[in-house]
Amino acid sequence: MEKTNSKGFWRKPLDLDKLERKRGIVHINEELCKGCSFCIEFCPGGVLERKDRLNSKGYHPPYTKYPEKCTGCGFCERVCPEFAIIVEKELVK
Amino acid sequence: MEETKLIEKVHPLEEYFRKERLPHIWCSGCGLGIAMSSLLYAIKELEIPREKIAIVSGIGCSGRVAGYVRVDSYHTTHGRPIAFATGLKIARPDLNVIVFSGDGDIAAIGGNHLIHAARRNMDITVICVNNFNYGMTGGQFGPTTPLEAITTTTPYGNFEYPFNLPHLAASSGATFVARWTVLHAYQLRQSIKKALSRKGFNFIEVISPCPTGFGRPNKIGEPIDEMRYYKENSVIRNGIDPKEAELSFRGKIVVGEFVEIEKPSYLEIYQKFLEEKGIKK
Amino acid sequence: MKAKILTGTHYMLGDHACAEGAIAAGCRFFAGYPITPSTEIAEWISRRLPLFGGIYIQMEDEIASITALIGASCGGVKSMTATSGPGYSLMVEGIGLAVMLEVPCVIVNVQRGAPSTGLPTLVGQGDVMQARWGSHGDYEIIALAPNSCQEMFDLTIKAFNLSEKYRVPVTILSDEAVGHLREKVVIPPEEKIEIIDRKKPNVPPEEYWPYIPDEDLVPPMAIAGEGYFVHMTGLTHDERGYPDITGEAHERLVRRLIDKIQKNRKDIIEYEEVMLDDAEIVVVSFGITARAALKAVREARKKGIKAGLFRLITIWPFPEERIAEISKKIEKFVVAEINQGQVRREVERARVNSVPVIGVHKLGGELITPDEILEGIWKKQN
Repeated sequence: MEKTNSKGFWRKPLDLDKLERKRGIVHINEELCKGCSFCIEFCPGGVLERKDRLNSKGYHPPYTKYPEKCTGCGFCERVCPEFAIIVEKELVK
Repeated sequence: MEETKLIEKVHPLEEYFRKERLPHIWCSGCGLGIAMSSLLYAIKELEIPREKIAIVSGIGCSGRVAGYVRVDSYHTTHGRPIAFATGLKIARPDLNVIVFSGDGDIAAIGGNHLIHAARRNMDITVICVNNFNYGMTGGQFGPTTPLEAITTTTPYGNFEYPFNLPHLAASSGATFVARWTVLHAYQLRQSIKKALSRKGFNFIEVISPCPTGFGRPNKIGEPIDEMRYYKENSVIRNGIDPKEAELSFRGKIVVGEFVEIEKPSYLEIYQKFLEEKGIKK
Repeated sequence: MKAKILTGTHYMLGDHACAEGAIAAGCRFFAGYPITPSTEIAEWISRRLPLFGGIYIQMEDEIASITALIGASCGGVKSMTATSGPGYSLMVEGIGLAVMLEVPCVIVNVQRGAPSTGLPTLVGQGDVMQARWGSHGDYEIIALAPNSCQEMFDLTIKAFNLSEKYRVPVTILSDEAVGHLREKVVIPPEEKIEIIDRKKPNVPPEEYWPYIPDEDLVPPMAIAGEGYFVHMTGLTHDERGYPDITGEAHERLVRRLIDKIQKNRKDIIEYEEVMLDDAEIVVVSFGITARAALKAVREARKKGIKAGLFRLITIWPFPEERIAEISKKIEKFVVAEINQGQVRREVERARVNSVPVIGVHKLGGELITPDEILEGIWKKQN
């Protein structure tokens, strides 16, 4: 029985070199944020967290606390009512 | 002190909204921004040319959408965007005419126009954002306010039965009827795409939090609490009879695409009749 | 075969002449609701308009009708509706919207006995002030008053031309008597009819702002679907069309909407003067009553009284300067109208001295006869 290897797979997939994982970089336009925290709550990976700092309107904008967990699903961009989030999607091996 | 970054990244919907008008006037936690962005994503993904879209809105918080979209947009009188859209669509059948307005505008003062446009199977798409109250004027009750809810003009609780909007639209003759909450941003976008690609009268109800007008008097909490409530309590039931999709105060929210039928639309029938009588358009 | 307007000489109903005039002027959209005595306009148009590629739609009520008109006009199609007093009362909010958005459209009000349901099948002329002030706020509109079936044809074309030229809703204040009259109507060939279309933008979309006026205070109009991405709102707006809720923007905008009509009065106002040069008594009238007034003036002349007729063709804007001029040279005005004195008030306001203004009024349902107007002419004559 093979042990799990360093990448966490039970067995090494035969096409591991062809596998591509999506990743995302979340850009937040802090001045547009109105602090509703929908993005923080509904991110499937728990990537976002509330900043302690206030923006000029007095709201706590989000920031990417765990950027490595972001899969680029883009839900934060869709659920933001303020058009303040832009998700840049990339593919990494 | 850390400087606020104004990013140079371009929002994917940048050419569809009037960036110079942001931030918009809607409250923190209002779902209108999500409804608007779902509409714009749908338009973008369908690759409809921007000059072929016209958005007509009425009066109210939802009505302000017309001022934020970079397409031909018309902000008309209270209750009348559906009548306006009828005239515009008949004059310009080449345009994709979308009515984006609120529950009071469409179902109260505009109720008559709603049922007749549905009856005619007019080729327009109506997106009705339902926040269960009249938000712009400060939170009075309306025809979709559930029983027992507190608003500024029902301080002892609302004792009027509300409409079941999908049922109203479907029984008047709408050929595509759906309801989603703003949390279902993905499904909402898919339904809008479907509506914009088909002929006939399409009606989509979008349930949205209204922390200022409805949330606070009814002790709902923060808008995030309302969204959590949607997550816990909405059930997707595609294809059911809209009669079964009644909403109650703090009860289950039945969402889904309820009605999708094929029926000749107003312009199709008109065209057919004229051709049969030998009159060319 | 391409459909043609009915060039030739006809014995035609006033309402039908109005409808044919609309088609000749280029109207290709009619949204209305049947109401006596204007139903015949809807019936004629529903038959003729599809032959020209237009659409007749019967909306669920008059409010939907006026709003659909504005929608179609924003799409670039000339549009018209026809109604009577009760329907016009429903439409006034929509007319206010058309004024604010600066959208051309034509509303025919075939007046009947009023107020309320009143006398549906009998004549009235009591909606004059409502055409001017029906909607809320300060604004200017144009209203024309035909007095014959021929004018029902001609003035409808003029109404469309004025509304396109000045981007303003134009009301045709007809009355049940003229609407239901049958008379000779001569329809000229199509090429002889002058049609004015709205000004189109002469800059590319990136440089276009919807409400920057030209010298005549009328901005060129971009219609939907041409890439101009206009935003039109009933809220007070700035030159870009965006809402600007300030007193300063309101002053700028509404002042221009008022000046747009007031400063162009000379082009808009039309009236008819009969035997006015040496007149000592001038009868002011409009619509069907003006025909009785003409007879009364002729009879008075036969009896040696120097009477003249001033017939209003444009009721709004009111020809104040001409009335002021006339008032200097005469002994009295006689104003004949089937209402309590709506035009009489305007004459009293416009005269520059205290020359007496006698009113010959009926409240509705019956025509004013030439004898009754003659009595008004004779009053205090001896």
